[in-house]
Amino acid sequence: MKDFWQRFRRNRGAVIGLVLLLAVILIALFAPLLFPQSPWKMVQRPFLPPFDMGQYPLGTDALGRNVIAGLAYGAQVSLLIGLVSTVVSLAIGIPLGAFAGYFGGWIDDSLMRFTEFFQTVPSFALAIVLVAIFEPSVMSIIAAIAIVSWPPVARLVRGEVLSLRSREYVEAAVLSGQKTSTIIWRQILPNTLSPIIVLASLMVATAILLESSLSFLGLGDPNMMSWGYMIGAARTVIRQAWWLSFLPGLAIVLTVLSLNLIGEGLNDALNPRLSRKGK
Amino acid sequence: MLRFIALRLVKAAIILIAIVTLNFFLIHAAPGDPAAVMAGEAGAADELFLQQLREQFGLDQPLLTQLWLYLVGVVQLDLGFSYRQQMPVAELIGARLPATLLLTGTAFVISIVFGTLAGVMASARVGKWSDTLISTTALLFYATPLYWVALMAVLLFSVQFNWLPGFGYETVGGNYEGFARVLDIAKHLVLPATTLGLFFMAVYMRMTRASMLEVSTLDFVKTARAKGLKKSVIQRRHIFRNAMLPVLTLAGLQAGQLVGGAVLTETVFAWPGIGRLMFEALAQRDYNVLLGVFFVSAAMVLLFNLITDILYRVVDPRIRAS
Repeated sequence: MKDFWQRFRRNRGAVIGLVLLLAVILIALFAPLLFPQSPWKMVQRPFLPPFDMGQYPLGTDALGRNVIAGLAYGAQVSLLIGLVSTVVSLAIGIPLGAFAGYFGGWIDDSLMRFTEFFQTVPSFALAIVLVAIFEPSVMSIIAAIAIVSWPPVARLVRGEVLSLRSREYVEAAVLSGQKTSTIIWRQILPNTLSPIIVLASLMVATAILLESSLSFLGLGDPNMMSWGYMIGAARTVIRQAWWLSFLPGLAIVLTVLSLNLIGEGLNDALNPRLSRKGK
Repeated sequence: MLRFIALRLVKAAIILIAIVTLNFFLIHAAPGDPAAVMAGEAGAADELFLQQLREQFGLDQPLLTQLWLYLVGVVQLDLGFSYRQQMPVAELIGARLPATLLLTGTAFVISIVFGTLAGVMASARVGKWSDTLISTTALLFYATPLYWVALMAVLLFSVQFNWLPGFGYETVGGNYEGFARVLDIAKHLVLPATTLGLFFMAVYMRMTRASMLEVSTLDFVKTARAKGLKKSVIQRRHIFRNAMLPVLTLAGLQAGQLVGGAVLTETVFAWPGIGRLMFEALAQRDYNVLLGVFFVSAAMVLLFNLITDILYRVVDPRIRAS
């Protein structure tokens, strides 16, 4: 663990990313305390510019809603959807990949054809269709993002399992009569954890981008203030109030960037040999 | 080569059938009466039209028969009827497809040319400040939402400096002919194609850089250095050619994302392509159009994949031999 932290710390970008992400998490957690009023409520005159009134430091939008409160509540939505949809795609991708890699043969063939199908289909278009047909809600958005994001997990896990499958310690486990499920879960999967963790951190970033794109198109959960929705709503007034589109976008860039940086740091820390080869 | 193309075409056909089947089940999974879903928003269509739809698609027959009727329709290029726009979906999409092909095609070329160029430059100066600059810029583009870059580009280059048009496909009422019209469309194309390409540029840049660095450690490059070849020759002829292979593979896979991204870009720039059509269909709950665009964009991805696969075989003779 100490080793891990030291290697992670050596990547300066990753440390910056970690600090940024912690700040976003804190803002998301304390949003209801900092801004007890609903972010949908009109609090001042519309189009109040930033830094004009101390109570509303980032101004108000076209309907007089507090922009900084919207940003704080938007952080909740982004992190929640990013995290949960990644967990769901791991829950789909890991078992599929593990079965394909462990059993091989026709099981591998058919599971990989299935995966390939989902990789070929334009993922954003599929996500739009899914959310539109099942009505926009947190559940449908999470499901849609998970459905389009699991294939890389399945492929990664399959590859790892395939190479571990023929190791001696796995053969020893087979000979000692352990159950197949025990071998997969106890012997093989723990050894595939580090590349999965790295991939997962990058997937959270992609999921946040996807969610914001969906809500920009008007497919966000109608009860939740999100960054993408704020940009979509401010799009038509960009000539009068450019900051209304600019600020939420900045929030997205910083959050996604921090996750990408952390992903690189994790890669350095968890696969030290691999990362040094690239430099 | 012909055999290869034929095999790939069969595979593409199977995937398309799978997508049509998926579309079919989505219509049935949607809350409400499937006939009403096909007609547009529930309750908006009149009973006579719904009855007609039920007969046409045999909605009172078993599910498999319905699927068969639906498949037969798609094979005859019948993607359904847009009740909202009073036009067949296939016609609506056909009218919008050229604009999307122009946009995604240009964005694809821009991203791969500038992406690999930046990647080669960064790898040649690895560790120096110019490498850091290029890599950081790529990291930034990689984290930026497509539609936001597009909006900011409009704000900067169109609203603020008034250099380039930020709206539409050509000047409305411009009545340009011949070359002047091409120039006018090209001007309108600059911002949407560049912003759509930026994200992918970042992806290809990172991939090219990593791939160049990896190939440069291989034995045949050492041999070339030992022979005393010039550094630029080794870069160009030995490293670059081999490093491009994984980048091409990735480019083929990423083509799908490009088509999906067009929905966002076309929405921001009011570009009259199928992405914009999809956005309009969203607002109107026009499910037939939505599913039609999804089907056509999947077909476009398959086409892009086939082209990169053929290119790949042209570039790498080893694949042809095996």
